[in-house]
Amino acid sequence: MGLYSDEVMAHFTHPKHMGKLKEFDAVGKVGNPVCGDVMYIYIKVKDNKIADIGFETMGCAAAIATSSMVTELALGKTLEEAKKITRDDVAKSLNGLPPVKMHCSNLAAEGLRNAIEIYEKKVKG
Amino acid sequence: MRVYLDNGATTRTAPEVLEAMKPFFLEEYGNPSSIHTFGQVAREAVENARSVISKSINADPKEIVFTSGGTESDNIAIQGVARALPGKHIITSSIEHPAVLETCKALEHKGYKVTYLKVNRFGLMDLGELENAITKDTILVTIVFANNEIGTIQQIREIGVICHKHNVYFHTDAVQALGKVPIDVKSMNIDLLSASAHKLHGPKGVGLLYVRKEVKLEPIVYGGGHERGIRSGTINTAGIVGFARAVELSEQPNNMVKLRDKLITELIKIPETFLNGHPTQRLPNNVNVSFKHIEGEGILLHLDARGIAVSTGSACSSLTLQPSHVLLAIGLRPEDAHGSIRITLSRYTTEEEIDYFLDSIAPIVKRLREMSPFKGE
Ligand SMILES: Cc1ncc(COP(=O)(O)O)c(C=O)c1O
Repeated sequence: MGLYSDEVMAHFTHPKHMGKLKEFDAVGKVGNPVCGDVMYIYIKVKDNKIADIGFETMGCAAAIATSSMVTELALGKTLEEAKKITRDDVAKSLNGLPPVKMHCSNLAAEGLRNAIEIYEKKVKG
Repeated sequence: MRVYLDNGATTRTAPEVLEAMKPFFLEEYGNPSSIHTFGQVAREAVENARSVISKSINADPKEIVFTSGGTESDNIAIQGVARALPGKHIITSSIEHPAVLETCKALEHKGYKVTYLKVNRFGLMDLGELENAITKDTILVTIVFANNEIGTIQQIREIGVICHKHNVYFHTDAVQALGKVPIDVKSMNIDLLSASAHKLHGPKGVGLLYVRKEVKLEPIVYGGGHERGIRSGTINTAGIVGFARAVELSEQPNNMVKLRDKLITELIKIPETFLNGHPTQRLPNNVNVSFKHIEGEGILLHLDARGIAVSTGSACSSLTLQPSHVLLAIGLRPEDAHGSIRITLSRYTTEEEIDYFLDSIAPIVKRLREMSPFKGE
């Protein structure tokens, strides 16, 4: 029963790493309020690894769950590894998403990549 | 606690309705078109039901055509008039139910011209604009009696006067209105009216189309010529009997308005929350609010986890991924339409349920806003 997998519902009702980080090196912003889904992914980098991560999301249950999942997948990874996380990885880790949600609500991986790119640009100067 | 606050979608079948229907499944199952006694008992039940229902809207029993529901009634009315009359112009509004909007769009593809009247921020259309839109080619004005999302009740009597003056048929989709708002097809100059049993504690899959005697209408389904030839198909005796019982029961007093107003008063106390639709000219059971910076599906699912059922105008809950066309038509920004929920009561709704809902909603909104990037901006 239900639109979503248990995994999606678990992350929706008890999201991991919810909220803006007090100290962060970069924030990736994706989505559009007109579409109803906006995600901000905050990262703190140490020794080329994601040392801390947080998210703020306005959106449906899928948007919240994918945000939460991407923070779980990325935490502790090197920037190279974290950049390779795809939408499909996120969806798979959540035991799948309804097809209509694959497109607009599954932006979290892009948000993470966006944050890492901003960080890398900043470091390179 | 299980709390059903989505009575705009459908309602619980009243126990009295089910009781009234039962014999027509188990004992009096004859076909009302048959001349034997089995058939005639069923026929009499159908005609009694027709009489009860017609009285409730001040129509003649002969003017009631039973259908499979609101969607079919809307289709027969609009397509039926289009087939019967030579003109090629139809006027409707931008806040119709898809049963009307999509029928009009289908006719547009066939070469009809359709005017979609705008509405103001309360969901009311401008009567002057309606009158100006009528041309020699206009065959039908079709306007929803009370909107299903925001609950706004149109100025039906005034619209009827304008249509009558210009000799144009007036159809109204009264699916949400029947049993909740007084309807008088004669004094309101209504030529065609759609209604559906399942919105007022009747069974699903039964509806009616009121067709004023003089109205010219071609069928869209052909067959054995039931229901004045307008709607062929074996008559749903049990459903129709249940529909009539539901109409009778809807005349009982209830406290929906009081509970609705309590909901509105309390909800708009939540910061950055506003009411959609008209403050007073609205269905007695409808509340629609937008919470800024959050999205309706999330609210709906958190409420569901507490046993509470509501609906939302957010795109995320629709198959088309578009926010509600009604909320956009009343001028909401898409992001505010996404944050809307509709709470629809019934005469069974209790104050205890409303209090439970109110206790649940505030923390949910707070929590989702904490998660949102837009809080406090
Ligand atoms: C205003 C309006 N018109 C038409 C319908 C369709 O009615 P039915 O479900 O009986 O086909 C509905 C209900 O969904 C409605 O609210």
